[in-house]
Amino acid sequence: MKFTSDDSLDKFAESLESLKKKGISRRDFMKFCTAMAAILSLPASFIPRIAEAVATKKPYLVWLEFQDCAGDTESALRASKPTFAQIVLDVFSLEYHETIMAPSGKSAEKSLQDVVKNQKGNYFAIIEGAIPMKDNGVYCCVGGRSALDIAREVCGNALATIAVGSCATWGGIASAKPNPTGAVSVEKAVPGITVVNLPGCPMNVENLTATIVHYLTFGSLPNMDSHNRPLFAHGKRIHDNCERRSHFDAGQFVRQWGDEGHRKGWCLYEMGCKGPEAFFNCPSVKYNEGTSWPVQGGHGCIACAADHNWDLMTPFYRRLPVVPGFGVESTADKIGAGLAAATAAGILIHGVGRLISPKKKEEGGE
Amino acid sequence: MKDERSIVYVWEYPVRLTHWLNFLCILVLSVTGFYIGNPFIHAYSSEQFIMGWVRFIHFIAAYLFIMSMIIRLYWSVMGNKYASFKTWFPLSSSDMREVLTELKFYFLISKKPPKIVGHTYLGGLTMLIMFAIFIFEIVSGFALYSVTHSGKIWTVLGGWLLGIMSLPTIRLYHHLFMYAILVFALVHVYIAWYSDVYEKNSLMGSIFSGYKFITGKEQDLKS
Repeated sequence: MKFTSDDSLDKFAESLESLKKKGISRRDFMKFCTAMAAILSLPASFIPRIAEAVATKKPYLVWLEFQDCAGDTESALRASKPTFAQIVLDVFSLEYHETIMAPSGKSAEKSLQDVVKNQKGNYFAIIEGAIPMKDNGVYCCVGGRSALDIAREVCGNALATIAVGSCATWGGIASAKPNPTGAVSVEKAVPGITVVNLPGCPMNVENLTATIVHYLTFGSLPNMDSHNRPLFAHGKRIHDNCERRSHFDAGQFVRQWGDEGHRKGWCLYEMGCKGPEAFFNCPSVKYNEGTSWPVQGGHGCIACAADHNWDLMTPFYRRLPVVPGFGVESTADKIGAGLAAATAAGILIHGVGRLISPKKKEEGGE
Repeated sequence: MKDERSIVYVWEYPVRLTHWLNFLCILVLSVTGFYIGNPFIHAYSSEQFIMGWVRFIHFIAAYLFIMSMIIRLYWSVMGNKYASFKTWFPLSSSDMREVLTELKFYFLISKKPPKIVGHTYLGGLTMLIMFAIFIFEIVSGFALYSVTHSGKIWTVLGGWLLGIMSLPTIRLYHHLFMYAILVFALVHVYIAWYSDVYEKNSLMGSIFSGYKFITGKEQDLKS
């Protein structure tokens, strides 16, 4: 491995020594760096650069939770080899996280204030959960301050904001119709800030780590799509990388839960799988130490990373959405068939109607 | 009964050609499209490639349909007065009154049949609506295509629609308009057949031969 400077080499050695004490061997660390390179679609030649950056730089992070279920925190805690505790708490510097931090009350709020004041423009604000805007944001308050107020201060002074999970990215389930609290995404609540959106319900911790590693390695945020989602995580369609795709092309579909096709792992398209509509790296990165993901587990994708999936991707167990103005039980095909039948009936009535009085028109002299 | 009928060349060959291309494409696109939305044939082996072929045929038929549309639009400028795009815009108030009269006839309210050499006013208006539907089907089709095919061209041809509608909504309307086209096809064939029988103008034959019989009482377009 080549280092940019001797100082960097020293720091690297020091870091490895410190990680070793915490149970992360050099081998584990290099495996982590290799995995990060793979997620970011970088060639193997970038692994040393990643290793150097991760071992020598220590970014500050604060993690705020608003209208959320802590699902993204749960996802984060499922990082493995090294674990979230090992890499994120030791290699990164997580200064504030309501769910997992030791201090509480005023001392907790103080550590947040310390980062915002002392590390201005030098920390990542990780936001989990939507921000309610209705009635001055009274529907979500932490430490007596509204989520909106906190987000403005913390995100406004951050190097960049990483919105984790669909709630922070689109508003998520909190903003699903009828959206009683006026919940919106971080991007909408605090316009003008630099945001990286990592949607998903929950987001995948591998993508969060990779985003930060990308910044450490290259000094810039990863390339993003028009929704500010990193392309390495959301540039590919689930359906195109799905392990069940060959069954789709062949024409083998699950028609009922538990039927033969379901037991054999056929395509879940007919069961309403939203894989054809969803852009995420689930099929390759998977969840929980790369153990599985919904489609592998036999359930269709619900496009959790898609904009307002609760409103736009439902019903989850049907191929097509409900026709506007019709009940949830009427499918597009039922309505279409009804329309065609009504037309045929109309034609029949017309034909009979004209047959009954064909003579009169002749007499009409036209 | 003395025969006062004369013969007139109405539908030139590009009109007939595109009509039958459209017929073929719509038939193929509807069947394959319906299969894609609701796969009614199930493979017995993973060696098969049913959905793959059906989608392939759908895309080929779609391209053929677009070519047909382009030829027809070109001919609406270059062709004779019956093929002209002007017949699709009966939007003046006197034209709309004619449309209403024709509607009354088809809804059995009046007994005065439309006597026109080319498209009736209602027929022209229907063509306008159908063209709008066809263009929506093409644009939404490209929008769905753009999801799997990278390149600026797909964004220009239809991908921009994704900025206005969500992907499932596009799929829904792409699917629903198939039924609108089916309804049109039923009414279209019935009226043509009915007019043929009622007026003895050989309208059904005219789409094969191009020639129609007229009595001389018909309203003709100014050339």
